[in-house]
Amino acid sequence: MKPGGKLPGFSVAAPELRMNAEAEIEKRPVSHWFVLGMRGIFSVPAVILMLSFVGFAAFTAEAGVPAAQVMFMTGAVWALPAKVILVGSMLSGAHLATAFIAVTLSSVRLMPMVASLVPEIRTSRTPTWLLLVLSHFVAITAWVFAMERVKDVPREGRVAFFAGFGVTLTSANIVLVGLVYGAVSEFPPIVSGCLFFLTPVYFLTSIWISARHRVIYWALGMGLVLGAFFYQVAPEFDILLAGIVGGTLAWAGERHFRRGGAS
Amino acid sequence: MSFDGVWPYVFIAIAGWIATDIWRWLGVIAGNRIDESSETLNWVRAVATALVAAVIVKLILYPTGVLEASPLWLRLGAIGAGILVFFASGQKQVLGIAAAIGFLAAGLSFIGI
Repeated sequence: MKPGGKLPGFSVAAPELRMNAEAEIEKRPVSHWFVLGMRGIFSVPAVILMLSFVGFAAFTAEAGVPAAQVMFMTGAVWALPAKVILVGSMLSGAHLATAFIAVTLSSVRLMPMVASLVPEIRTSRTPTWLLLVLSHFVAITAWVFAMERVKDVPREGRVAFFAGFGVTLTSANIVLVGLVYGAVSEFPPIVSGCLFFLTPVYFLTSIWISARHRVIYWALGMGLVLGAFFYQVAPEFDILLAGIVGGTLAWAGERHFRRGGAS
Repeated sequence: MSFDGVWPYVFIAIAGWIATDIWRWLGVIAGNRIDESSETLNWVRAVATALVAAVIVKLILYPTGVLEASPLWLRLGAIGAGILVFFASGQKQVLGIAAAIGFLAAGLSFIGI
């Protein structure tokens, strides 16, 4: 195998080695990066997300939503918090419009998530329709994974890398919920509780690890504090308010700090 | 609602699929106009992170299902144990997660859930 021939994209080599490796891999076909993205299914984030989906299958089985519909919504909605809200609306017999508004309001975060990912992965030649299709695979796990790892992939391969990971992760979870649906309704409560708790703990540690800008730490802190605050003050819009107010405060504060430190 | 027939699929497609993908499509349109090194992208990153952080804190403070019946101190203790091990181990994610879940499982069995 050539030097750099097995560059995993997942490990950080010494800078001079990486530069050599990057010169070598620039010529690799797109399919190489797609397959490398697919291999992300064996990463810690993917495994944790799949465990969370086992928990979601248990939740829907208990609620009486048929397995085929759970598989359909896994592929169609994909974002886990939005699905939890959707199932909640279906169970309470909510009107279609009410359910639409609840899910839409809970999913505004997808816009800045996609908007911050797109400049990281596209090239000047990436067609917009391809980004529109691939954006469907953005949810918290795929976003955190991609923001963390695309830096190790040459720009030409980033869209393929994300596509390989996103498509594989979504497909695997559609199959997974179908397979475990029948088995999980008998889970002891302690197991369901722990599966549920994996999600916040995993998101928290992932954001901390993947942060490459100081503003991310500030935004994380602001979002946690204001998320709790706005839940008490304005529970219908808590996520949205915490995101926009907290994110803006974190950005302005960090920028002020950065400029002050520079002068 | 009834889970029979085509209606649930229509419901999921409209109130689930379209309701989430419109934001993703708007994100692509917005992201296509943002320069990678701009201050705007810094702001978008901060807002996206704060939104996810707000989802996290809600899952911890106001969970649904089994954990709804668990005491708050147990959930906060589990997060604290996870953070402690995460930083003490040099940011080993798996160890941090294992500590948090271990703490929670021990607490749940102790209080008899």
